[in-house]
Order: sequence, then C-alpha cells, then structure tokens
Amino acid sequence: MNALTSLSPRLRQRLMSAAAIVALFLLWELACVAFKVSSIVLPRPSEIFTVLFTKLPLMWPHATQTLYTTLLGFALGTLAGVLIGAVIGMSRVAYDVAYPILVGFSSIPKVAVVPIFVVWFGAGTVPAVLTSMVICMFPVVVNIATGLAHTEPELQDVLKVLGARKLDILWNVGLPRTLPYLFASLKIALTLAFVGTVLAETIAANKGIGNMMMIASGNFDVPLVFAGLFILAAMGVALYVASALIERRFTGWAQRGNELPNG
Amino acid sequence: MNRPFIELSDVTLRYGRSDNPEATLALARTTLSIDDGDFVALVGPSGCGKSTILKLIGGLLTPSSGGVVVNGREVGDPRRARIGLAFQNPTMLPWLTIRDNVMMPLKIVEPFRSAYRRMKHSEYADRAEALLAAVGLKGFGAKRPWQLSGGMLQRASLCRALIHEPQLLLLDEPFGALDQFTREAAYLANRICVMSARPGRILEDRMVGFPRPRDVAMSYAPEFSELVQALRLRIAEARAPGEPPATPTEEAA
Ligand SMILES: Nc1ncnc2c1ncn2[C@@H]1O[C@H](COP(=O)(O)OP(=O)(O)OP(=O)(O)O)[C@@H](O)[C@H]1O
Ligand SMILES: [Mg+2]
Repeated sequence: MNALTSLSPRLRQRLMSAAAIVALFLLWELACVAFKVSSIVLPRPSEIFTVLFTKLPLMWPHATQTLYTTLLGFALGTLAGVLIGAVIGMSRVAYDVAYPILVGFSSIPKVAVVPIFVVWFGAGTVPAVLTSMVICMFPVVVNIATGLAHTEPELQDVLKVLGARKLDILWNVGLPRTLPYLFASLKIALTLAFVGTVLAETIAANKGIGNMMMIASGNFDVPLVFAGLFILAAMGVALYVASALIERRFTGWAQRGNELPNG
Repeated sequence: MNRPFIELSDVTLRYGRSDNPEATLALARTTLSIDDGDFVALVGPSGCGKSTILKLIGGLLTPSSGGVVVNGREVGDPRRARIGLAFQNPTMLPWLTIRDNVMMPLKIVEPFRSAYRRMKHSEYADRAEALLAAVGLKGFGAKRPWQLSGGMLQRASLCRALIHEPQLLLLDEPFGALDQFTREAAYLANRICVMSARPGRILEDRMVGFPRPRDVAMSYAPEFSELVQALRLRIAEARAPGEPPATPTEEAA
C-alpha cells in the first residue's frame, strides 16, 4: 500500500483502473467455474482470449473491414453533418424550417433504414457505410447548428467592422467557436458510426465483425461471438482515445481550468 | 473633398423591434459631421449612446431612421473606409494567440489580405510584435487572451485596431474610463462633443484651440483647467438624476 501511495496520482489512477479490469475478468472466470456455467451460455475469459489468439488470422480481415466501414461512414457522416449544420446554423430561417424535419429523421430507429439500403444497393459494404453515415450524422448537425447559432455577436463584430464577408466570419469565428461543440458530437458520432456498421453487418453483409458474430452464433460458437465482442470493445476504446487526443489538440483554449480528461 | 468624412444625419437608433414597448431608444435624431483628419472626442454620461454611435459609424448597427455616411458611402457598402475599432470590452478571439488576434485585420482587409495569402505571414507577425512592443506588451504575443489583464487586453486591442493602417480609428473608452478621461480628451482632441443622457443627442460641440504640439505643462495651464471644469460640469448636468457617474468615450477620425 505504501508503495502505491508514493506513486504519482495519475499513474496510481491508471494502475487502479487496470487492476479493476483484471479483477473483473478474474471474478467472471471464477463465477463460471464455481457455478459450472456452460461455455455455450457464457464462455470463460480464458477461453475467449484463447480464441482471440488462435483465430486472430481468421478474424483480422473482418476487423479491418469493420474499421474501414466505420471510419468511412464516420467521415462521410461528419462531412455531411458539418455542411448541413453550417447551413442551418447560419440562417435563422433554415434553422426554424429544418429543425423539426431533423428531429423527425433522427428519431427513426436506424435499424429500419438498413433494409431500404439493401433494396437500393444490395447486401455488402455500401449499406453498412450508409447506415453508419446516417446514424452518426445527426448529432453533428445538431451540435454544429447550435454552436453557430449561439456564437457571441461581439466576436463576430470584430470581423464585421473590417468589412468581412459572411464566409470570412464563418471561417474565422463561427467554425473555431463551434469546434468544441463539434468534438463533443464527434465522440458520440464515432460510437454511433460503429453501432451503425455492426448493425448493418449483422443484417446484410458478407464480411465484418458483425457478420462474423452472426455466423458464429448460428454455429453455436459462443466463444468466437464473445471474441468478436472484445474486438469491438477494443476498437471502440481506441477510436475514442484517438478522438479525445485530437480534441485536446484543437480545443485546448476551451478547456483551460478543467482537468483534461485522460484519454 | 468638401463633404465631411463622417456624416450622421438625423439618426435615431432603437434597440429591439419598434413595435416592442420595451425597446430602448438609444439615440434620438442625432446629427454630427466630422471632417477628414479631425480628432473628435465624444463625452457624456454613462449609457447615453456613445458606444452606439461608434457602432453605427463602424457599420455594426443600422440606424432605425436617418443616414450614416462614411467616406461618401452608405454603411454596408463593402468599399467604405478602412476602419479600426477598439471595443469598450476588448473582445479577443479566445482560440487565437494575442499575436494572431492582432494580425486578424490583415487576414481580412485588402490589400493585406492578398499578400497574407502569398506567405507574407512572418513579415506581418513581425509587424504585430512591433506594435505590441510599442504598447509595452513585448513577449506577450504568444500568450492567450485569458492570460492577460484587462488593461493589457485593451492595449492589445488598440494594436489590432491600428495594424491595418485604418483611415478611420474608432476608440471606445480607450483609457480605462471614468472622469479622468475628460482631461485626457481635452488634452488630445481637436473637438469635443458632449452628449445628453439617453436618448443621446449632441448637447454641445466645442473646439479645443490649444496649439500643437501640446506638452504636459499645458495641461496645468489655467485655461486648460477651466475647459476641463466646464466640460465636467456640462456632463454632470446632462446626467439624469440617480444615474451612475459619467463614463466618457472617445472617438477619433
Ligand atoms: N445590445 C443592446 N440591446 C439593448 N439595449 C442596448 C444594447 N446596447 C446598448 N443598449 C442601450 O442603449 C443605451 C446606450 O448604450 P451605449 O452602450 O451606447 O452607452 P455608452 O454611452 O457607450 O455608455 P458607457 O459610457 O457606459 O459605455 C444604453 O441605455 C443601453 O441600455
Ligand atoms: Mg460605451
């Protein structure tokens, strides 16, 4: 205990969260052994890690496919979201007109759109990319529009008095001012893009972790299903950390005072 | 060039929609003209509409009625004069360093704008640093706005108002406000306009005839003290009963 308290607070925090994860796995393992849970119901972590290592070559293409689909869907969704959000946020009229439509669209359960995309484009990568795009677009649109609509007029006045054009003001004041909102939404959007991808993969795809898990569960290969789950979790965490790092780089000005989130 | 550089004719400005009974009438039928090359100080009680006049001239507000013409062009015309405005509360863009804030006008205003694109960036940065050094902010260029004090921000914002060599310089309470300023205004300006309490009108328009260059000794001469005294009295009269003490503003053309 003494050795632990002498460490820096940050390192101690890291060690403690790592210990918590290990403890969770140990508990899981012990519970499975103690209650004799069949591995068809809930495999032990040791089994899952064994599968992870032995079947990695088999799972690797699926993982990269899922990552690729997620990132592509996320990129397209963000791009579309920023453009739509900018248009809506810049004009009062567009804001009033488009907002109800957006709310309507965003409350449609996105599972419902996958069959439509399949009808239009056939099963495969395209519906997955599109699903992940539409699912992650809305938080970006809403946050960009809100951020732009709430930009302080004093900040815009700094440029207006110089005779700046609307686009100058958007580029030099509106967008930088909105960046913290954008990043807040990107973290949500990334998770949603991931959800959209796996969702579409489980319904209509021939590749990807979601597809692999569907097939594995059809074969009652439950450890493989859980291995897929672990890969998804690891990818989710990696994507989150990446976006948090980028956020810190670009919006440090808005985070002064607060403790920076550690990854 | 017989036409005055700045012309406010019968300008009324109401904040809020005119059908709203709670709209604030900030300026009522104000007429003011300022010649090219003149240096005018605008003083008056707090809340009388000094900042409002500056924003009208700067094109940030459109008059509810009446006309504002700068350099022969209606405000809103993109080819109107190059204007530098130092705001009353110096708004710096918080995501930029002080140096980048000061350089902002060069990024927007022609002819600097085109040169900015052609990688004159470091030359402009030197220029910003030189201006900052001139107001005693050497070495603060890389700092962020929140790392500076109020007065330091005001000085930085003065640099931002000057960097693009404006034809018209508008300074809103440049010396930290309050009665003391009447003295500064009398010392610096050619002409002083005293405004009434809200809705603001020009009560008195006074030339300051002291020869230039003026030295500090002059500010202790009896004529000078008399002028300051008279101005302060005028502002005190203009102030509505119960209003806080006067906070005069200056404007220079
Ligand atoms: N954005 C605004 N919305 C509504 N009313 C406003 C707004 N800005 C100013 N006013 C009102 O207009 C009047 C004039 O304001 P202005 O800022 O021009 O005064 P000022 O002469 O600059 O005062 P001070 O010396 O205190 O800076 C004030 O009574 C104020 O309440
Ligand atoms: Mg003011």
